[in-house]
Amino acid sequence: MKKIMMMMATILALCGVLFIGSKQLSAQAGATTQANTLNLYNWGDYIDPALLKKFEKQTGYHVQYETFDSNEAMFTKIKQGGTAYDLAIPSDYMIEKMKKAKLLLPIDQQKLSNFKYLDQHFLDQSFDRGNRYSIPYFWGTLGIIYNDQQVKASEVQHWDDLWAPKWQNDLMLVDSARDILGMTLISQGQSVNTTDTAILNQASRKLDRLSINVKAIVADEIKTYMIQNEAPLAVTWSGEAAEMIEQNQHLHYVVPSEGSNAWYDNMVIPKTAKHQKAAYAFINFMLAPENAAQNAEYVGYATPNKAAKALLPRKIRDDRQFYPPLSTVEKLEVYQDLGATKVEQYNDLFLKFKMYRQ
Amino acid sequence: MKKSKQFFMVPYFLWIALFVVAPLLLILYQSLTDGQGHFTIQNYLTYGSSSVYLKMSLNSLWYAFLITVITLLISYPAAYILSRLKHQQLWLLLIILPTWINLLLKAYAFIGLFSRAGAVNHFLMFIGIGPKQILFSDFSFLLVASYIEIPFMILPIYNAIVQLDPALPNASRDLGASPWQTFRLVTFPLTLSGVKAGVQAVFIPSLSLFMLTRLIGGNRVITLGTAIEEHFLTTMNWGMGSTIGVILIVMMFVIMILTNDRKKKRREVLDDEKATH
Repeated sequence: MKKIMMMMATILALCGVLFIGSKQLSAQAGATTQANTLNLYNWGDYIDPALLKKFEKQTGYHVQYETFDSNEAMFTKIKQGGTAYDLAIPSDYMIEKMKKAKLLLPIDQQKLSNFKYLDQHFLDQSFDRGNRYSIPYFWGTLGIIYNDQQVKASEVQHWDDLWAPKWQNDLMLVDSARDILGMTLISQGQSVNTTDTAILNQASRKLDRLSINVKAIVADEIKTYMIQNEAPLAVTWSGEAAEMIEQNQHLHYVVPSEGSNAWYDNMVIPKTAKHQKAAYAFINFMLAPENAAQNAEYVGYATPNKAAKALLPRKIRDDRQFYPPLSTVEKLEVYQDLGATKVEQYNDLFLKFKMYRQ
Repeated sequence: MKKSKQFFMVPYFLWIALFVVAPLLLILYQSLTDGQGHFTIQNYLTYGSSSVYLKMSLNSLWYAFLITVITLLISYPAAYILSRLKHQQLWLLLIILPTWINLLLKAYAFIGLFSRAGAVNHFLMFIGIGPKQILFSDFSFLLVASYIEIPFMILPIYNAIVQLDPALPNASRDLGASPWQTFRLVTFPLTLSGVKAGVQAVFIPSLSLFMLTRLIGGNRVITLGTAIEEHFLTTMNWGMGSTIGVILIVMMFVIMILTNDRKKKRREVLDDEKATH
């Protein structure tokens, strides 16, 4: 009994010390929510920290940086309104959803002197016509990553190449219904936003035939596996691919020329924003070519900023893996919010595919 | 006195009502509504008429059954030997120790062992068999799941064996039964309660494993847990997710009743025998 009491006392004392310690540390960091703060809500490791410091120095605003790991988590948190975020960076379909849920404030482009540097190709997308609510931050694609020790470049230029009997048990897929059904739809010459049940079922039957080539359907782990040469082929996003290539020089990324999905991460101002002025200052700061270029070099994703791209080292700028030729860019399609019933149909077909065994 | 006793029961009842009964009722309510909150049994009809869900339920039951059988086959002899060793506390500690490590860490450790460049494949190459695809197979999934569940099977069986009066097997041997007969007719039936507790402790969690199906099974092994995760996180169809949850809960109750009832019946039989003698 005495022992137990002692143990409990020790644990309580430890908790007290940690609590006081963490309070003091956060007080030192000057975590205040005053008028000069910017509450930024972004994906993890998705901005060059040096830029945040530069922004604070230039404008005097203090940046409070918080991260999320999925669009859905971000949506829930902004909808509940616990923290008043001034700026968030969601993806395309989620912007459409947030717009429908009336969670966004319109953005006045007149107040953004650096808006002119953005590439016309990446503006006025279907999820936000006229960019009334969102400003592009990064963009990317869905594609095939392969290891040149086992796969020749000529063998994987198109989505249909993945169905070749040669790749039995060699392929890894991202665990995402829209992406995997989407690439199947493209391989059949259909749109990634198809809602026609007959066409979807046809795609699902074709996808089931891919099952024999599939080694695993996983998420972030693809990165580790590809770097360790666990699989020769995978379907993944360009941003992930960039990180893999950095760590394993045998890897290469292809965006099939018949088309693919293009995704955008855009800056938006949620309805909860309390420091709109700071938010505008930050958007404008990030649109400045030298800042956008520095950020693109740090994060490794493709920048939609034309002037910034020109500032990038030639090696990055001319990399067709991440800046595909215009002929391909024009065939890229953005996901639209298809509504609950269709999203479910996609997911049910994907679940059926996961269960399928030959 | 009686009143103060009742008073002390209040926290217990509150706990049960808030954290056991209320969540179950909420799940049941969710499963009976559609996206707009209208009452419907459509979710159950969808479940019953979909070959995908029925096959998935079959998969879940089948894998849980295999995991239970594998752990039982390993655990009974292990617990039996354990009860006859010298430093029992030390050996018990060694069996309990892995349960203190987070499940995810153990899963990642197995990924490291089983991957193409992992220790197991190095060994296979060394003895001349050559590298094999171990990750993302039924084999690796069953192995890792069994490894994780084994302590929960060994402990109740061990307790039952230790509590067994050594006079009973001794008497059986004295009366001329062979060691195998003694085990089959005396030791095993008397430790059956431990086996049942172990089966419950392993089978029920195994029904809804979902992290392992992705990490070790690479989503090539699909159970009902996967579907629940998807309905709650991706499609946001809480109704369907809850429906599958209710079906899992029902399955668990069936298992509990099946493993409990027999014990009661056996006791009745024993009592009857006592009465007649």
